[in-house]
Formats: sequence, C-alpha cells, structure tokens
Amino acid sequence: MTSSSILSIVTFIYGLAAFLYLAAWVFKKPPAGQTAVWVSLAGLAGNLAGIALRWRESYQMGIGHAPLSNLYESLIFFACVLTLIYLVIDRRTGSHVIGVFTAPLAFLAMAYASLSPQVSNRIEPLIPALKSNWLIAHVITCFIGYSAFAVAFGLSIMYLIKNREAAAAQGGVLAARLPETAVLDELTHRMILFGFLFLTAGIITGAVWANSAWGKYWSWDPKETWSLITWFIYATLLHARLMRGWHGKRIAVLSLIGFTAVLFTYFGVNLLPGLHSYGAPG
Amino acid sequence: MGQPADANGPLKSIWSFFASVKLTVVLLLTLAATSVFGTLIPQMGSPDRYVAIYGAFTYRLFALLDLFDMYHSWWFELLLLLLAANIVICSVDRLSSVWKIVFVKKPRFKLSQFQKLSTRAQFAAKQDADRLKSAYGPYFAKHFHYSRIEPHEKGFCVFAEKGRWTRLGVYIVHLSVILLLIGGLVGSLLGFDGFVNVGEGVTVDRIRLRSSKGIQPLDFAIRCDDFTVTFYKSGAPKEYRSTLTILEKGRPVMKKDILVNHPLNYRGINIYQASYGTLAPQKFQLRFQDKASKMVFKKQAVIGRTIELPESRGSLLITKYSATASFRGHAIGEALVGRLTLKGHAPQPILLPLRFPSFDKMRGGAMVIAVDSYDPRYYTGLQVTRDPGVPIVYAGFIIIIAGCFITFFLSHQRICVQVIPKGKGAVVTVMGTSNKNKIGMPQKVSQLAKKLAKLKL
Ligand code: HEM
Repeated sequence: MTSSSILSIVTFIYGLAAFLYLAAWVFKKPPAGQTAVWVSLAGLAGNLAGIALRWRESYQMGIGHAPLSNLYESLIFFACVLTLIYLVIDRRTGSHVIGVFTAPLAFLAMAYASLSPQVSNRIEPLIPALKSNWLIAHVITCFIGYSAFAVAFGLSIMYLIKNREAAAAQGGVLAARLPETAVLDELTHRMILFGFLFLTAGIITGAVWANSAWGKYWSWDPKETWSLITWFIYATLLHARLMRGWHGKRIAVLSLIGFTAVLFTYFGVNLLPGLHSYGAPG
Repeated sequence: MGQPADANGPLKSIWSFFASVKLTVVLLLTLAATSVFGTLIPQMGSPDRYVAIYGAFTYRLFALLDLFDMYHSWWFELLLLLLAANIVICSVDRLSSVWKIVFVKKPRFKLSQFQKLSTRAQFAAKQDADRLKSAYGPYFAKHFHYSRIEPHEKGFCVFAEKGRWTRLGVYIVHLSVILLLIGGLVGSLLGFDGFVNVGEGVTVDRIRLRSSKGIQPLDFAIRCDDFTVTFYKSGAPKEYRSTLTILEKGRPVMKKDILVNHPLNYRGINIYQASYGTLAPQKFQLRFQDKASKMVFKKQAVIGRTIELPESRGSLLITKYSATASFRGHAIGEALVGRLTLKGHAPQPILLPLRFPSFDKMRGGAMVIAVDSYDPRYYTGLQVTRDPGVPIVYAGFIIIIAGCFITFFLSHQRICVQVIPKGKGAVVTVMGTSNKNKIGMPQKVSQLAKKLAKLKL
C-alpha cells in the first residue's frame, strides 16, 4: 500500500471520529465518545505510519528527503500534530467533548490535502532553495504552532457557545455538556502560550533559513509579514489578559481572529503578489 | 528606579502613559493592522505600474502615505519606536519591585497566607514530629532552591520555594524584542544589500544596491570562473553552482563553489547564489555542406573573427549574435548575422538561425551553412550583503526562545508543610501556590504529599 492511500484512509478515520464525537455530544452517548477516542488514536497511528512510509518512498525513489516540503505534506503533518495535542488534552482533562471541535479540523485538513485538485500529492525532488536543514526545523516548528492555535480556536468556539448559553440563562443542554468556562479559558490560554512559543521559533527558523539562502533574514514578503501579523495578534492577546476586564469572551474572540490570521498566512498569502508561495521562493 | 518620586504633572503622566499595558495592546494591534496594507499593495514597484493599477489620484495618496515602501516609512518606524519605549519604560517600572522579590536573602513566608489556600493535601504520619523534622530538612534542602524550618505550636512548619528567578523570564523576552529592534537598526544603518551579475570569466569589484540603486565599491574583486545549472527530469531546477574566486589586488586569495543555502563569507561580506541568466554565446561550431558532393566540413567560428571557407571558396565573418532575429518580418529567434564573401563576388549578408539548420538552402549557394552547436554562456546573479546587525538579531532569537520557555512553562512555586503532633504520630498538611499554571499546582501538591508520606525515615 502506498502512503497516499493510507493517508486517504486516515482522512475517513478522522471523519468517522468527528462524527462519533458529535453524536456523543448531541445525543449524550458517552460510549460513542470513548469509541471516538480510540478511532482518533487509530487515525493518529495511520497518520504517523503514512508520514513514515512517505519518507521511505522518497528514498526508494532516489529523492530522499523528509516529508515536510510541500503543501500536501505540511497539511498531513498539521493533522497529525493537531490530533496528538487533542489526545493529550483529552487524557489530561478526561473530556471527550473537545474532540467535537478539533477532530473536524483534522478531517478537513486531510480532506483538503487528499481530495483537492490544487494540492499535488506527488513526491517531488527538492529545488535548490529547499535543500536546507532549516526547512525541516521551520516546517516542524510552524506547524506545531499552527496546530496549537487550531486547538485554541476549537476551545474558544466552545467557550463562546458556553458563555452565550450561560448569559441567556436558559441552560441549553448542549452547552451544559461542555466544560466550565473557567476550564476552557485556562486551556485556551495554555494552548496559546504553547502555540506562541512555537510560532516564535517558526518565524526564527524561517529567518535564519532566509539568511542562509538569500542573505537577508527579513524581507517583508507577504508570507513573512503575515506570520508577523499573526504573532502580533497573539502577543496582543497575551497582554490583553493583563488588563482589567479583558478575560473570557474578548480573549476567545482574539483567539478566533488569531486563527483566521494563521489560515491566511497558510492559504491566503498565495493569492497575494510575492515570492514566498509555497516551495517556490527565490 | 521606578517612577521618579517627586514627579507629578507632565513627566509623571508621560511615564505612566508609556508604562501601561493598554498602550502595548493598542500598538501591537495597530502594527498588525497596518502591516496588512504592505501585503496587499506590492512594495517598491515602479510608479508607472502603480498608476496603471490604482489610477493617478490613489497613486498620489498612497505615495503621500509612503504605502509603497511602508515598512520603511516614518510612521511605521515611529510605531516601532513607540513599542520600544513602551517595553523599556514598562519593564523599568516593574523591574524594581520584581527585583526585590527575586533577590531577597530571606524570603518572607506567612503561614496564615498558606492556610487560606484551597490547594492542599493532608496525611497522617506514624512518626513523631521530631523524626519528621530530621527527615524533611534534608529532603527540602535537596529538592528546593530555598527552605527553612520554623517551630510552630507543638510542631513545626517547613517553608520552601523554587523557581523564584523565573519571574525574570518576561524581562528576558522584552529585552530580546529590544535586541531585535537594535539589530535591525544596526543592519539598516551600517549594512548594505546589493546584487551583481557576473558573466563566466568576468571579474567585478562593485555591486548595485537594491534600495537606492546606487553603486557600492568592494575592497576586493569577485571573479566567476564557472556557472552550472542542472535540472531534474521534470524540468525543475536541481542545483545552481557558481565557482567564485576572490581577488585582493589582483591576486586570488580564496576559491569556493557557492550554492543556494551555501554562501561565501569574506571579510564580513556575504555572497549568495541568487539567480542566473544566459549571455550571448561567443563560440559556434558551423557546419558546411557542399550541395553537389554532399561533403560535410565543420569549423569553429568566433564573433568578429573572419574564417576561411572550406576548399578556399572565400571567407565568412560572423558580425553578431541576435537573440531575436527576424527575416522578412517573421521572427526566427536566435540567429547569427554575418557577411559572406565568395571568391570573385561582392560580400553579401548572411543569416544563420540556430533553430533552422536548412534555412541557408534558400540562399541558393553552392555550400549550405548551418550552426551545428555552440557553447552556452551564463552569468551568475549574486546577492552581496553585509549586515553587522545579524549577531545582535541572532542573540535576540536565542534569548526570546529561552525567555518564552521560562515564562510559559516554569513558575515560582512556594510550599508550606505544616506538621502538628497528634498522638504518637503527626498530621502533615502540604499547601502550595505558584505565580503561574495555577491549575497544575494541586497535582504538584498532592504528588509532594505522596512523596513525603513514603519518605524513608
Ligand atoms: C512585541 C513586543 C512584546 C512581546 C513579544 C512581549 C511578550 C510578552 C510575553 C511572552 C509575556 C508573558 C505573557 C504570559 O506569561 O502570559 C509578556 C508579559 C508582559 N508584558 Fe510583554 N511583550 C511585548 C511588549 C510589551 C510591552 C511594550 C509592554 C509594556 C507595557 C509589555 C508588558 C508586559 C507585562 C507587564 C507582562 C506581564 C508580566 C508579568 O506577568 O508579571 N510587553 N510579554
């Protein structure tokens, strides 16, 4: 079996997990939630196996590079880290309902990678600019950061749902099955700290790489600039928490805005004029 | 330090304006929002193009706001300067009180404060308080940065703490932001960023600057000995390689092949492989075929040098190479242009397209001339930069990572263990607090209680 076919199957496993989480939440069926965790674990195992196999395939083709060099490979890695982070949180908090808001993201990333005609899943040899160990460090750190922000995004949506229900004082059943707002707020914050550290490291490794390839660590091209915009937004969030009145809801909204900026850095920038469109700098 | 003691009025209000986190939030959001413009509007383009895209009025408005080079505009740099002032003043403002907390000889602990905490764990020990005291002393001395035992009622209290220094992590992060800004400033004041195209075999000792388009002379010369480009089967580029020699006063002092991601550094100046292009070829292999006998002759031709035709039929001078030649209004691409002088005839113009070897048949001569092959000639495009700010920026990179890690994942933890005799044994209560990660603390406290309960006495 090829890595691409394994990863296509993983797409459906993540889809199934997302469906089970949703069912467990809506119909209050805890066993479905427990099953969903096992399904997610199976998806993660398949995801890792797919990445490892793809790595091997690239060596068998005589190309030989880590599977972190194009849009397809980065999306696969993103889904993998996202699921891993979710599972760790699930284990720590014992709350499967968080999966309702993270498993669909993993599914969407995989589905986009596997099914979109714009995303090539071919293993290609590296062009000269990408032949650098900084590429690996850059992609790994950036995507760990993006995955953490994705989880924070899911948690913030949960926060807003829970918060609205609480404000309306009608005690909706679905919202009641979500964790307490204080827990969600704290978890969001932890995820954002984690993401901020890795985004910082991602920007830095990118800068060091650019310096070794083109002699400038920063050239304000749109992708770089958008990663910095994202960084400014999350730095705003970290400081806004120190101000009176900036808790809970406003932080959740900032987290949504931050993740929108992540998405734009990732996909939107290719629509803008510039050199950094994925894998073809220089 | 801290805010000036006798300052009230303007100085004080300026100080507190710059010490506020509200300003930080405003500045960071403004930086984020304005940075978007520069990604929507192509930067540093030519005026003609801008007018074509935006029209004359919008062009003038945008030009007025420096939006075509906004990251170097006065107002963007002002925002960065305000951020720097904000960080420095805010940090100075708070550092004095944090300093007092971090660098005390004898930290203050108050039992009553710990007793208010809900973060606690309790167990009953079989040993009496004195036994416990002799065991806990060394245990806390080993596992905590600071600890002391104070008598309390009939029993005693252990106060211990670690990670006091992690309170400085935030200041490390803020310092690194300042380092990054200083490094960037040093680079833009003392460095340069230019490029130069060097043909194979050519030596250059000056480059063109990217921003001002001015000329920057170098203290040494760069010679391109060779350039090669290789491709994958798919047609994607595989490797660009320039063989460069550095010359000081005409003497070679260094020779190195540079690739993308593998630059050359000489006397603080970095030379990077950035691009390449083709130059007009100079040497050609020509093919002459006698129409009657079908005999083929090959001869090398160099631009500007007359060659004798085979069988002494006359001479041929190639005057130039044209990349875009045309014949009677039709574009025929690359071609050699020359003058053919047949014995006993007046010179006549001749055109030899590279892509159409039988083109010369049309001339109707006794010998058909064609370009058989030629040596491609390249130039290498070098990016030549000097940036003395890089070490400062890299130092900033390292400490911002270290600082974020300390701030986010380490905390200042304070523990109080209260031991009260009860019967033959004692009741041990572990209480703890930390300045961060408050939800992780209960687990830490109960783990500590478990360890103490299992301690071998
Ligand atoms: C790009 C600029 C800046 C960056 C990257 C940055 C980064 C950080 C980080 C990572 C934290 C830790 C947050 C946390 O633990 O949740 C922090 C805290 C803080 N920052 Fe900044 N900061 C910046 C600018 C500023 C400025 C201009 C001020 C001035 C008011 C400021 C004031 C503070 C304060 C007061 C804290 C909290 C310290 C504490 O927890 O005791 N920061 N900053």
